[in-house]
Amino acid sequence: MTRVTISEKYCTVNPLKMSPSIGAALAFLGVDNSMPLLHGSQGCTSFGLVLFVRHFRKAIPMQTTAMSEVATVLGGFDNLEQALVNIAERTHPTLIGICTTGISEIKGDDLTGFLKLIRANNPKLDGIALVDVSTADFQGTFQDGWAAAVTRMIEELVEVPQFETRLSRRINVLPGCHITPGDIDELRDIFEAFSLDPVFLPDLSGSLDGHIPTEFTPTSLGGISVEQIRRMNSACWTVAIGEQMRGAAITLEHHTGVPYKLFGRLTGLAANDELMGFLSEISGVPVPKKYRRQRSQLIDAMLDGHFYFGGKQVAVAAEPDLLFAMSHWLHEMGCKIQAAVTTAASPVLESIPVDEVLVGDLEDLELRSIGADLLVTHSHGRQAAERLQIPLFRVGIPVFDRLGAGQQVTVGYRGTRNLIFEVGNLLIASAHEPTPETWIPKHQQSHNLVTRQSVQ
Amino acid sequence: MGTLGSKIQQVLNEPGCATNQAKPSFDRKKGCNRMLAPGAAAGGCAFDGAKIALQPITDVVHLIHGPINCEGHSWDGRGAKSSGSNLYRTSFTTAMTEQDIIFGGEKHLYKAIKEAVRRYNPPAVFVYQTCVPAMIGDDLEAVCKAAAKKLGKPVIPVNVPGFVGSKNLGNKLAGEALLDYVIGTEEPAETTPYDINIIGEYNLSGELWQVKPLLDELGIRILACISGDAKYHEVARSHRARAAMMVCSKAMINVARKMEERYGIPYFEGSFYGIGDMSDSLRRIAQLLVERGAPAELLGRTEAVIEREEARAWGRIAPFKARLAGKRALLFTGGVKSWSVVAAMQEAGLTVIGTSVKKSTPDDKERIKQIMKDDAHMFDDLKPREMYKMLKDARADIMLSGGRTQFVALKAKMPWLDINQERHHAYAGYEGMVALVSEIDKALSNPIWEQIRKPAPWESSISQNEFSLHVA
Repeated sequence: MTRVTISEKYCTVNPLKMSPSIGAALAFLGVDNSMPLLHGSQGCTSFGLVLFVRHFRKAIPMQTTAMSEVATVLGGFDNLEQALVNIAERTHPTLIGICTTGISEIKGDDLTGFLKLIRANNPKLDGIALVDVSTADFQGTFQDGWAAAVTRMIEELVEVPQFETRLSRRINVLPGCHITPGDIDELRDIFEAFSLDPVFLPDLSGSLDGHIPTEFTPTSLGGISVEQIRRMNSACWTVAIGEQMRGAAITLEHHTGVPYKLFGRLTGLAANDELMGFLSEISGVPVPKKYRRQRSQLIDAMLDGHFYFGGKQVAVAAEPDLLFAMSHWLHEMGCKIQAAVTTAASPVLESIPVDEVLVGDLEDLELRSIGADLLVTHSHGRQAAERLQIPLFRVGIPVFDRLGAGQQVTVGYRGTRNLIFEVGNLLIASAHEPTPETWIPKHQQSHNLVTRQSVQ
Repeated sequence: MGTLGSKIQQVLNEPGCATNQAKPSFDRKKGCNRMLAPGAAAGGCAFDGAKIALQPITDVVHLIHGPINCEGHSWDGRGAKSSGSNLYRTSFTTAMTEQDIIFGGEKHLYKAIKEAVRRYNPPAVFVYQTCVPAMIGDDLEAVCKAAAKKLGKPVIPVNVPGFVGSKNLGNKLAGEALLDYVIGTEEPAETTPYDINIIGEYNLSGELWQVKPLLDELGIRILACISGDAKYHEVARSHRARAAMMVCSKAMINVARKMEERYGIPYFEGSFYGIGDMSDSLRRIAQLLVERGAPAELLGRTEAVIEREEARAWGRIAPFKARLAGKRALLFTGGVKSWSVVAAMQEAGLTVIGTSVKKSTPDDKERIKQIMKDDAHMFDDLKPREMYKMLKDARADIMLSGGRTQFVALKAKMPWLDINQERHHAYAGYEGMVALVSEIDKALSNPIWEQIRKPAPWESSISQNEFSLHVA
């Protein structure tokens, strides 16, 4: 079993993790006509907003209660009320997702109580769903915030079924935060090929897939509607993707009686075989020809690609579910996971094919990556990759120095195949041509090993 | 030094700021820290502003004391370039957890400073206070003082919890930290009559390097740039400069004014954006240096360089005039830059149909009015929806703005150019203006516009609804 250790440093250097506040905000962005609102100081919102703008290359609706130091001491009621009224008047959203921050959590603002009072005082908020979620940024990570927001939306919005009104083809899908808009499009195609009718909560493929709207809108441009969320009680199954979504799936099951099936990952041959088998079973539709063909194409890509992956040393840093998906897939392609760094404890870490998973930062990753052939993490790994002189494959959020982050597809047979091509090409491009010195043992070379360069 | 509260009062009531001095005395104390509207606000916090102002100092550790929200989303995000150390691009934070909230974060902070010093051996550590440790009462100054003593290195407290105000306030508080703890703490090995400081220039996209060769040619030495491409020791020794240029007046005016007060360094407010502005700035630098005792022949040499460079720049812009004539541009940028960029764009044949004046002083506004004649369209604040409509109605051919409004333009299928802090191109000096005009031309003449604006063939004459009716 894999050992999970926690970095003992006092100073986090080159952070891997991000805050739950903006993880929750992103989840709310997967709901149509919504506005995430961070209850904190202006910076809490603006840092996250800029991050998403750079990652998705889209305008991002996100607001702040703009807490001042005085408001913080006196309590955030007035600011929250004013923010909600302002947002309602200026942008007419269907849903406002209120995420707390360290500031409001330490002060101890009672959001549930506040919202009751604010609703009573402001009839103009009628018809706007208000969902609050506790996301103190000194606790948990991005992935936790995302999952918590989804759970809260289920608790607040999904209606308890009065009587049995199941739609035989309706499936709820709860994707983890590592599932991109492009992944969701791919999954929707797959589900529909089995004559199933999936609704995704959240659905970033509606809002952040990069389509050009015909009119300007100050809220999210698409995604699951609040009405669709209410009717998630009518599905026959819930499919959750990533261990992070287990809590939300269980909540939904308790709430509505809809059973759930959790897939730890949807990257790799076996993982997708399991998905296809499940979908075929619940839909009664045999695996469509298209996917049989894609499976065969994936196998072909594995055959072509394994030469370049076999024996390669890879260092991976990502949130637990993404780390789980990437490291297992790399392992299945013949790579050796040299280092695995993550942001928080999770049950999935125990099975990761490596001796030790470290809860740490990108400095930890860099120190453990000497001699590796490839780094896999988000864009902030670029400085380490440069110093180590090895390629970086960018996954997760943020990816701000490459195009198409929102459309990166790593699920399904086709997504896995593309991943083999992308990563394989990086490995091919970084292969070294032999020189007369190639076979001289390393200890006899003078200029050899790439050591960690001084940052000074 | 005093408390954070008194410091804030002090920088808000900045005597060097013309805008502030024009206000009635009661309003003056409020400075430009306008009340933020919850639910309708945009922009960063004071901590954000302080980091913008100081993070370009390249060889120090910038350590952020706060939970992950403060540093985790924004590090290595700005385009300030370095000619030497890359340490400023390494992110350091205490990433406070629940434990710290309960037991206090001071020990954690001290150990983090120690760790950073031990591992990276910087000439100094800048420690930034954020909202959460401010709320729980972590005494930043005391920890920094103790750490400095124990570790034998300058440890600079930058007391800027985000909730005390805007980015602009943060810029100024950052300047105060430099004045209180850095500037004047070391002596330069040698000084020359040609030593200047450049204040409020961050070397974004390497813009300082578009200007520096000309200063080098004139024998003018940048003793310190505060803070673009700066090294700690340069800033510490900057009090021996003979003159200073203040580039972005809103950000660091307190630094320039107080350095004049304390060390007798005269300063002027100038800009490197626009050909005329660049020439004026060179001229003013030379004049101030000569007034402070540099040989008068510097003036003649400066004029010769200006003449040569202006001719060269105009020569290179001329070929664009025919291509850009009659094109309409909408400009959205910070105040001071507006009028000088407007002038440059007009010189390249563009018509500027509107510009933002949100951060401009009355003086700036008057100048814009003069340059743009009567058809001046000045916007204090344009909502994205209105901006979108303007672009969609094709009243402009191109928009120049910051990243925040980038996608308003692009979604309206309208050419757009980044002229804010995150831009990837450098637009300073003579070289920069030629680059700007060339970038505008590149954006406007790209063949994608024609392709993407054409409706899909099935949408050409009838709307989609009608189409579906026909099929039905």
